[in-house]
Amino acid sequence: MYGKKVKLRFFFIISIIIVLVLSVFLILKSLEENVVYFQSPSEINKFSEFEKKKIRIGGMVKEDSIKANSNEISFVITDFKNEINVVYSGVVPNLFEEGKGVVAEGFLKDKNFFLASKILAKHDENYMPPEVKAALGEN
Amino acid sequence: MFKYFEPNKIFSVTSKAPKYVLILFIIVLTIGLTESLIFSPEDYLQSHSVRIMYVHVPAAWITLGIFSTITFLSVVGYIFRLKNFFLISKSLAPSGLIFNIIALVTGSIWGKPTWGTWWAWDARITSMLILLLFYIMYLLAWRIYENNNQVFKITSIITIFGIINVPIIKYSVDWWNTLHQPASINILSKSTIHESMLIPLMIMTAAFTLFSLLIFLMKYNTELIKIKNKGLDRL
Repeated sequence: MYGKKVKLRFFFIISIIIVLVLSVFLILKSLEENVVYFQSPSEINKFSEFEKKKIRIGGMVKEDSIKANSNEISFVITDFKNEINVVYSGVVPNLFEEGKGVVAEGFLKDKNFFLASKILAKHDENYMPPEVKAALGEN
Repeated sequence: MFKYFEPNKIFSVTSKAPKYVLILFIIVLTIGLTESLIFSPEDYLQSHSVRIMYVHVPAAWITLGIFSTITFLSVVGYIFRLKNFFLISKSLAPSGLIFNIIALVTGSIWGKPTWGTWWAWDARITSMLILLLFYIMYLLAWRIYENNNQVFKITSIITIFGIINVPIIKYSVDWWNTLHQPASINILSKSTIHESMLIPLMIMTAAFTLFSLLIFLMKYNTELIKIKNKGLDRL
């Protein structure tokens, strides 16, 4: 039905797409460690040695764990399996709260102690008016 | 059948259309903005800063949609030698570029009050920046190469390279840990955005789509006039 050239061009495009998809997949697979923005406390727990490199840890701020005094704030990041204590001095974002997501950037001192130089809040994908949230909370 | 499109016939329709699209765009945008800025409720967590979403999300959707359309048209156009498809792609690209920039800028403005940073090298944001570079490459290719055959080939290749990035943008938030939250609107499962916020979002998406259509028609008309001036009676 179609000319020979049309078929050739079709297979040319298809082969380019296949090669590209495979190579991008392999590249991303091997770079996975660098693509992730942060690591969870469980992943940190598996570390055998502590590098002096800046890393990011993400998870939930544990309930009733925030303690603040005049020059620093300490809290616990949890992924409900492992926990890590974080100490930070500076301004926290508006959405930083207990029971909400957080990403801390800084240096790991030992397995359970993290000195943060920057705190970012991570919020979830739920959007609703306050009244709906209140109604959900009552149930 | 596409090969024998007559520019004159298309032009008689597309030259009249922008007027009506503009009127419709203004109406839908007015409704969308009043809904999203005045009538929609504030978020329980983010309060009023959630309103940036009504610009950010539609812009991101449209830029992805336009890039996918451009790729489809370029590939089909390349295989079957349809010049008209390339002209449509070329006319679509500028609004895709603009919405890409809008998505990045509004995301940055939204990121500061919520996350606490203007910019993060997380997978979603970085892949969106890569898409912007592909848009720029695509539009530059049209400016650099004069010869039709050359420009058709090069722009098709650019779109194929760029389209690999589109599913990465979409699924980056599911595949990796990112600062960006996962999608709120899902086709297969229940959306995690309240209805009172979903409706303004949809109206704004319609408004932005009409805007892209308007820019597309204006660009496309220019292309048709160029062909007319060259004295060709078909594409």
